Amino acid sequence: MSKAKAKYRALRMPVRYLINTVLVVLLFFALQALSTGVLSTYQNKVLLLVGINIILAVSLNVATGYLGQLPLGHAGFMAVGAYTSALFTKYCTWPEPVAFAAGLALGAAMACLFGVLIGIPALRLSGDYLAILTLGFGEIIRITLNNIDNVLGFSLFYGAKGLKNIPKYSDLLSVFLCVVLTCFFIHTMIKSRHGRAVLAIRDNEIAAESCGIQTTYYKVMAFSFSAAFAGLAGGLYAGYLGVLDPASFDFMKSIEILVMVVLGGMGSMLGSILSATVLTILPEALRSVADYRMVLYSIVLILMMIFRPGGLLGSYDFSLSRIISKVLSHGGKEETTHE
Amino acid sequence: MKQSISRRQFLAVVGAAAAVGALTACGSSSSSTSTAASAASGEASGSAEGGATIKVGLLAPLTGDVSVYGIAVANGAALYIKQVNEAGGINGKQIDLIQMDEQGDATQAVTCFTQMVDQGITALIGDVTTTPTLAVVAESQEYNMPMVSASATAEAVTYDAETDTVYQNVFRTTFTDPFQGVKMADYATDKLGYTKAAVIYQTGADYNEGLATNFEAEFEANGGQIVASETYSAGDVDFKTQLTTILNAGPEVVYCPNYYEDVGQILTQAADVGLTVPFLGGDGWDGVTQYATAEQLDGCYFCANYAVGASPEFESAYEAEYGEPYPNGFSPLGYDAALTVCGGLEAAEAAGLEPGTDEYKQAVIDGIKNGSFEGVTGTFTFDDHNDPVKTAAILTFENGEAVFVEQY
Repeated sequence: MSKAKAKYRALRMPVRYLINTVLVVLLFFALQALSTGVLSTYQNKVLLLVGINIILAVSLNVATGYLGQLPLGHAGFMAVGAYTSALFTKYCTWPEPVAFAAGLALGAAMACLFGVLIGIPALRLSGDYLAILTLGFGEIIRITLNNIDNVLGFSLFYGAKGLKNIPKYSDLLSVFLCVVLTCFFIHTMIKSRHGRAVLAIRDNEIAAESCGIQTTYYKVMAFSFSAAFAGLAGGLYAGYLGVLDPASFDFMKSIEILVMVVLGGMGSMLGSILSATVLTILPEALRSVADYRMVLYSIVLILMMIFRPGGLLGSYDFSLSRIISKVLSHGGKEETTHE
Repeated sequence: MKQSISRRQFLAVVGAAAAVGALTACGSSSSSTSTAASAASGEASGSAEGGATIKVGLLAPLTGDVSVYGIAVANGAALYIKQVNEAGGINGKQIDLIQMDEQGDATQAVTCFTQMVDQGITALIGDVTTTPTLAVVAESQEYNMPMVSASATAEAVTYDAETDTVYQNVFRTTFTDPFQGVKMADYATDKLGYTKAAVIYQTGADYNEGLATNFEAEFEANGGQIVASETYSAGDVDFKTQLTTILNAGPEVVYCPNYYEDVGQILTQAADVGLTVPFLGGDGWDGVTQYATAEQLDGCYFCANYAVGASPEFESAYEAEYGEPYPNGFSPLGYDAALTVCGGLEAAEAAGLEPGTDEYKQAVIDGIKNGSFEGVTGTFTFDDHNDPVKTAAILTFENGEAVFVEQY
């Protein structure tokens, strides 16, 4: 079997990883050069937002595209991560990189924990019921953040007043690293045994269960995985803006992320990345016709759903090694396997 | 190519072409406007050497949920800038107003602000609502950008209580939440002679709590007595429990610092439970006449930044410019914010500095800080928290219409 595999796998694993690493590093330097040389401060800000939105879209894609559920509370997880990371970096006296990394990790961990807590009851449901439950959860988070200081009588979250003085640590390097790590972890998770179980559940839950897959376990796992990276994005967002307000994590924010995923193609990481990029830059580019932004948004969505119900890229995922293999095997005499 | 194109394929191609067309059209239009803008600015700076224009940013939510405030502020501010330009500008230099829409969103406010900074603004008028303003304030520290908000009332906009620092570059023309509460308490005790008051306000909202707690403190400091302090939550429509408690406590007056929709309901239900004492309120009462009857409003007072008729020149100029009467109290405040910025610019111009430089910005800040301004919402200077020291317009009701009483 390994022999057969070696035939159409022209490149071995370490080589493929090496190529990818080199390309990622090159991409970083290209972006770095671009951001210091060509882009204005404003364009740099938009670039960071693109990165944050990519993480959000790619992470929601785990629950939507790979697990096949419809959670509407992604902004809630983002809020958990944002507030956790913000409070940590604000009161932490460690040097900047350490504090920020720890804050982000803590934010992701806290969001993951919430993902597990919500996931266990929520994932007993499916379809509309799950959507409503997660929607409710997102609102609970927002309203709790708004009122908790008053109810418990302390000043920590500052509710509607807004949490201020958050150190602005987010920069191109940290956002880029997080995007790469997010994509890497999600990619490897989905390609692993766990990921296959998740995909099996999406395709046919009953069949998967009858094959001995613990559906609840894998569903909760994928769900909390998705939540964790939303928390990471939240932490970056807090470090980007310097001010947090529960109102920015409302239901519309969840929908915004969902739109990115659906537009890009559920189950396609490249699709999420592309559509997150486009949908972040588009409104900025459309400033002159800002009134029509939402109209345009809806038209794009309607057209997509008519002509490409599976999203921009469907479930197609980009694989460099697959392309290289194709090129190396000269037009692909043997049929390349799809991973 | 044997087959003719199917309808589905045709539609797909047309759809894709339309989408591409729309996107490229929008893309090119935005790029063309930006080139036009840069061309215009280049032309302007070319027409008179030494910087014939001074660039000022105007940041406001022109679309979205809070656009009613944003448009009012932006119109008021743009009106003043237009008047200045028509009168020959500042030191012979025209003001180039760069207006951007942030849709009431903090993230967008920051990106808009940085775009304005890239375009070389020297001062900023804005932002309008509190949270985006806070985000812009945090960002503006880096550039020491003079900014004057017309309407952000939260104390935190100019003063950081956590670190006990004042944001030196941030000013506002509206009075603050605490200020309103204190003013109304003073007015209630000194002018109206009340000694026993009750308070009813919405919890979980910065504005209402800010007014209520400061009213209570000041009223008691003036020797009065707060006999009942009742609260409700956002979205409540039944206030009878709280109003009955207040009725039993026997106050002479009730302070109700809430927004007009709630105030209307509270006044109606107060009449139902037999609570007939007068009510007092804050500037959130603007518009309450639509929601309460003349009887219910009889003897009530509230304070506001601007009262109708206080500056007929402003009102007629606004109507002449926009073809409609000024929409609400935010327009005069926007007008005064622009006036304040221009006051700072004049000081910097008098010092002979070059627009856009750091010294120039500092000079604008100093000019505002040390200046005294005669705006349409009253004459004001700035205190050590960069809040305006000014009078509030006190209004009462006659036949269900709000009428101006005095500046207090």
